[in-house]
Amino acid sequence: MKRISPIEIYNLLPGTNCGECKESSCMAFATKLLNREANISLCAPIEKPEYKPKKEKLIEILSPPIKEVTIGTGEGAVAIGGKVVMYRHDLTFHNPTAFAIDVHDEMPEEALIDRIKFVQNFKVERIGKVLKLNLIAVRSVSNDPKKFANTIDIVLKNSNFPLILCSFDPTVLEAGLKLSSERRPLIYAATKENWEQVAGLAKKYKCPVAVFVPNNLDLLTSIASWLKERGVEDLVLDPGTLILGASLADTLDNFVMLRRAAIERGDKRIGYPLLGVPAVVGLIIQDPVETPLREATIAAILMNRYADALILHTTEIWALLGLMTIRQDIYSDPRIPSKVQPGVYTYGQPDERSPVLVTSNFALTYYTVVGDIESAKLNCHLLVLDTEGLSVETSVAGRKFTAEKLADLIKTSGIEKKVKHKKLIIPGFAARLKGDIEDATGWEIMVGPRDSSEIPSYLTKHWSS
Amino acid sequence: MKKDLAELLKLLKDVDSLELEKVRIEAEELELDLSSPAVQTILTELPKVVPKLVEQKFQFPVESYLGQVAEVQLGAARAEGGTRGKIVKVGGDKAPPFYRFDSTIVNRPVIAFDVFDTPQPQFPKVLKEEWKDVWEDPAAWAKKAVERYEADLITIHLISADPLIKDTAPKEAAKTVEKVLQAVDVPIVIGGCGAPEKDPFVLEAAAEVAQGERCLLASATLDSDYKRVAQAALKYNHVVLSFTSMDINNQKELNRYLLKEGLPPTSIIMDPTTGALGYGLDYTLSLMERIKLSALRGEKELQMPISSGTTNAYGARESWKKRDEWGPREYRGPLWEIVTGLTATLAGANMLMMLHPTAVRILKEIIDSLTTTEGYGPLIENWIAQIR
Repeated sequence: MKRISPIEIYNLLPGTNCGECKESSCMAFATKLLNREANISLCAPIEKPEYKPKKEKLIEILSPPIKEVTIGTGEGAVAIGGKVVMYRHDLTFHNPTAFAIDVHDEMPEEALIDRIKFVQNFKVERIGKVLKLNLIAVRSVSNDPKKFANTIDIVLKNSNFPLILCSFDPTVLEAGLKLSSERRPLIYAATKENWEQVAGLAKKYKCPVAVFVPNNLDLLTSIASWLKERGVEDLVLDPGTLILGASLADTLDNFVMLRRAAIERGDKRIGYPLLGVPAVVGLIIQDPVETPLREATIAAILMNRYADALILHTTEIWALLGLMTIRQDIYSDPRIPSKVQPGVYTYGQPDERSPVLVTSNFALTYYTVVGDIESAKLNCHLLVLDTEGLSVETSVAGRKFTAEKLADLIKTSGIEKKVKHKKLIIPGFAARLKGDIEDATGWEIMVGPRDSSEIPSYLTKHWSS
Repeated sequence: MKKDLAELLKLLKDVDSLELEKVRIEAEELELDLSSPAVQTILTELPKVVPKLVEQKFQFPVESYLGQVAEVQLGAARAEGGTRGKIVKVGGDKAPPFYRFDSTIVNRPVIAFDVFDTPQPQFPKVLKEEWKDVWEDPAAWAKKAVERYEADLITIHLISADPLIKDTAPKEAAKTVEKVLQAVDVPIVIGGCGAPEKDPFVLEAAAEVAQGERCLLASATLDSDYKRVAQAALKYNHVVLSFTSMDINNQKELNRYLLKEGLPPTSIIMDPTTGALGYGLDYTLSLMERIKLSALRGEKELQMPISSGTTNAYGARESWKKRDEWGPREYRGPLWEIVTGLTATLAGANMLMMLHPTAVRILKEIIDSLTTTEGYGPLIENWIAQIR
């Protein structure tokens, strides 16, 4: 499919350059719209009746080939899909993969509440961002509407997370919807057997629906089309997470082909977010380590192949940590350069007796070190060496972090005028350069920790000002 | 028809409701008197007998590509002038990684185990526990990786040559290569020590003792005497690893220089640098995708297989640091290596250099699954109720 140009968007705008959208011109606004950095609602004049056809056309050409579907309401709502491109180097991916953790209706109440609270409260802080789980998937194992409703009731009382209601039985689903429809849960799932009844539920309770058709794209396309004909427009597609032997390859093919058909071929019938279920690993293997390890592996594969939401079973912290990290990697902005400006930086209110540290100019190393310095509220100077964007360990090995370069930096940065001592703390990974650096700079070299999170305790122990 | 219906309505005059079973109404045009409550009942039932919804066909979005990645052979058998029992072919890609619907997969990605010529006491705990028993002897280390963990290749890193470690002379360092070649029959990768002024000489000496074996010489870099490495590869029949730091233009430039030295594309593999999960893997992911897509579009200077230094995963603090709120580090290490390696291979890496046996086992299984046509399941139709 052809990418839209800013001119095409510009031609549909009023062209008054009124500035109400806070942009300098309609052209600038058009570019922002194209990059999804602004919303049409910011344009006031386009609301005038004479622009109505243009506005409708604009909404149509700007609507992403993958529909954005919202699960939940209010602050906790999760938007999935809304994807525009196949590759993140073309345009930053947005709406990161949503993680759902499952619970089921035969869990003892206490265990159920513990699990809900874990999901609700789990968070990890990485590079200045708090990473969280997003959804609770409630499975009906009993197939008993009363038991399901009872479980939903407990979930609603103990969490404000959006829900996925999982059952293939419309009666069970309705029992859950009666209690939870105001929270706009995702109904999982419409299948070839139940889709008509599920369509009825989706319309009655105004909730999005997942379509589950394992490894049969014709049938998946058919059911999605039929649901749309019945007026159910907020769909999520689960083409099946098959994981053994060649069926894993089928799964990947299905995810990629669905995404490519929608984005590159403009096939609107399947232009919906994709859902994967790594939890199915539990069907083949039951082991406290191997199961979460494989589940995390499958989840990471699917995230690399366009999954917009995942239903997970593991609550192992180490596995979730890995998954949140790869999600952060895939959904980061690839346009941010990987290097920061070399030179001397100061933190807190350092004086002439404050410590001087050194690190590399690889952005992630730099931000990690700065994060650790700031969270400990240290007063210090930080020399950032031009390692050509490599981490300390890699740049020491590759000779981008050298004694000569550091001696240069000490001279050009003016650090000699900022402190009265001549003590430099180098990263643990540069330990073997200690002698060389001493020779080249004439400074006393102290070998700091390998990991910057240990800088505060290192300074307490080794630095007396 | 009209008449029949009139009679039917007459019959129904005093009836409040009527239940019809197994009735099919076939008509081009239906004209009904809607005043009768009975008919209204029939009408509300009508949607059930409207024409069946049309079955849809998914349109397979198959692409074709102008370019193809070169296929590089590592290792040479006796008949070819080497002594390897096993040879490995990498690359040859005709489509993006594992896109089986576009084209057949030419070669599966392969995994090389890292072996060092010097003990590695600074290894993270999970690696130390695994390799401590053999790290005094690189030949035994290589044997363990091949015999116990089915390494496709062995990378022997000659780090003892580093002036800051032991400063071993190139000829001396090269002796380890001979020992490893004798200990295992898989192809080997010869890694230098990382010192740009010394590595070309180390690799040249190693290339000579391994003459004819089609080893991968790692690496040629822009800031070292890459010509010496390229000429050694040509003279002694090896392959060169073209190594750059996260920059597609530098990668093209170095590849171009190596081609100019006379190396054919079938004797070059490139390593555009692998960042650890959470620490640069995002750059690597897009870099490898861009390189692979350019190659498939016909960009000659990027049509070489890609290698990933997956063990860089251990640069991430989450992979080795003891911290209770992150869970046990013995699982985090392998997971970090797995996710780093699989992201690289899904982005286009044809070869992964790895360290932890658990990570290698899982990735090999994944690669098996993605390159086989056999095996199926489990049935997931009723997963909702079955997972416990």
